[in-house]
Amino acid sequence: MPEKRIVLRNCEVIDPRQIVTYLERDGFKALEKAVNKLTEEQVIEEVKASGLRGRGGAGFPCGLKWELARKAPGAEKYVICNADEGEVGTFKDRYILEGDPFTLIEAMVIAGYAVGSRRGYIYLRAEYHYLLDLLSNAIGQARERGFLEHFDIDIREGAGAYVCGEESALMDSIEGKRGEVRYRPPFPPSKGLWGKPTIINNVETLMNIPQIILNGASWFSQMGTEWSKGTKVFSLSGDVEKPGVYELVMGSLLRELVEGLASAKNTKMIQVGGATGRIIPYEMIDTPLDFEDILGAGAITVFDESRDIIDIIYRNMEFLAEESCGKCVPCREGTEVMLEILERLSQGEGTEKDIRALQELASAMMLSSLCGLGQAAPNPVMDSLQYYRDVYESRIRKS
Amino acid sequence: MNKIQEGIPSRSKDQENLLVLLEETQNKFGYLSRELLAELAKALGLPISDVYGVATFYSFLSTKPLGRNVIRVCKSLPCYLKNAQPIINCVEQEIGIKPGETTLDGRFSFQLTNCIGACDKAPAIMINHDVHGDLTPEKISQVLAGYK
Repeated sequence: MPEKRIVLRNCEVIDPRQIVTYLERDGFKALEKAVNKLTEEQVIEEVKASGLRGRGGAGFPCGLKWELARKAPGAEKYVICNADEGEVGTFKDRYILEGDPFTLIEAMVIAGYAVGSRRGYIYLRAEYHYLLDLLSNAIGQARERGFLEHFDIDIREGAGAYVCGEESALMDSIEGKRGEVRYRPPFPPSKGLWGKPTIINNVETLMNIPQIILNGASWFSQMGTEWSKGTKVFSLSGDVEKPGVYELVMGSLLRELVEGLASAKNTKMIQVGGATGRIIPYEMIDTPLDFEDILGAGAITVFDESRDIIDIIYRNMEFLAEESCGKCVPCREGTEVMLEILERLSQGEGTEKDIRALQELASAMMLSSLCGLGQAAPNPVMDSLQYYRDVYESRIRKS
Repeated sequence: MNKIQEGIPSRSKDQENLLVLLEETQNKFGYLSRELLAELAKALGLPISDVYGVATFYSFLSTKPLGRNVIRVCKSLPCYLKNAQPIINCVEQEIGIKPGETTLDGRFSFQLTNCIGACDKAPAIMINHDVHGDLTPEKISQVLAGYK
C-alpha cells in the first residue's frame, strides 16, 4: 500500500524557511475559517467528531482534551506542543519540524482559539537545538503577517531527559524544576502549567488540525479503523534497507510498512512503540497498526535473525532505568532490579527464580507506577518471555 | 563574587527561569561549579539543594568541567544495531579518552547518550549541537577535525 501523506503533505514540498510557500498551499486558511466562520465550541466539536487521538503514544481523544480545558474556569490557559520526542527509534516529529513548522504554528493558534488561551509553548528537546533557528524564524514570519496577534508562541528547550516527554514532567521542566512526574488528578486541562488549565499535544497530533478544519471531521473519520481514525506517521529503523519516516492510514498492516516500504529481510522480531513498546515475532507481521492492536508513537525498530533477544531486552531496560525520574518506588527500584536480573540472564548466570521475579515485578510496576515509563517498562520483558521463553530457558540451563 | 548577577539579563528572579539560567550559565562559564550553583541559589532565593537537584537531573547540564566540544555518541538500540560500538571504540582511539572523560587539553569531552532522534542515519553522534550521521569508523577522524 502506498503512503498517504496528509500530516507530511508539505514536507519536502514547501520551503520551511519561507512562509510564502506555505501560504500558497492553503496556509492559514484553516485558522481564518476557524476564527471567522466557527465558534470556539464548533471547532472543538469538529475535532471531537474527527476521532483524532493523540499521536505521542497515549492516544487520548484530542477533542475531549480541548473541551475539558475550554470548560475549565480561568482566563489564563496554555497550549503546549510536546516536541520532546525522546522515545527510542522515534524521529517523525524531527522530520515534521524540519519540513513544515508552519502547519504546527497554525494548529497551535487554532488550539488557542478553541480553548481560550493566548499563549503557547513549544517544548523542544535539547538534542533538537539545531532546529531552534528554523522554528524561531517560522514563528517570526507568522508574527510579521499578523497571525499571532491573539496568541503568541514561545519556545522552551529541554536539557536532556527522556521523561520530560511525559506531559506532567514536561510542565515541571518548563517551571524550572526537575522533570518529575506529577500525581494525577488534577489533570492538565484543569490544573497544568503554573496551575492553570493546559493542553499538551504531540507535534503530529497538532499537524492534523488544519486539514480537519478545512476538510471537515467526516473526511478524516472516513480513514482508518473504528477506534483509530486518520493516518499515522511511522519512524522505521534497525535492520531495514530503507529507514526513514512513512505515513500510512491507520489499520495498515505491519508487513506493508516493514517489508513493503522499508524493505526488511530475514526479520526475526519487531519492536513497535520504542523502549516501552511491544515486541512481536515475525510470525505476527500481519498485525494491524492501530490503537486497537499495537501502535505507540509509531517507532518501528526491526531486528533480523542475527539478533539476541535477551541482549536487546537488557539494553532496552538499561535505557529505562537510566531515564526513570526516580520519584516513585515501583519504577525507580523496579527498573534497576529488572536490569540486574537481565544482565545476569544475558550472561548465562540467571535462574528460574529470576524469571518469576521479573513477572512479579512486572505486575507491581504496571499497577502502581506513577507514569507510562514505569507502567510500560515491563512490556518488552513480558513480551520476550511470552514469545521467546525457550531462549531464556536455554540460557538458564547453561549456568 | 557577582559573576552571575552581571550575566543575568533583566528577568524576574523566579524558579521558573532556573533551567534557562543554568543553561546560560553553563554556556558562559563552561560548567556549573559549586560556587556558581551557590550564587545562582542566592540570586534566585532558592535552597542550593533545589538548584543542585535541577543541575544534576538533566544530561546536558554538567557539574564537572567540560571540554570546549562535547561528543555524545548514541548508545540506544537503533544505533547499536548499526554498529555504534565500533564508533565508540574509534572515538576512544582518536582522542585517547573513555566515555565520561575529558581530554587533558580541554578540547573534547566524551559521553554516551541515549536516542537523539537520528535513527534513520544510524549510527549517529552529536558534537555540541551538530548531528553527524551515517558514520563509519573511517569518517570519525575528519568529523572530529572540524572541532577546535
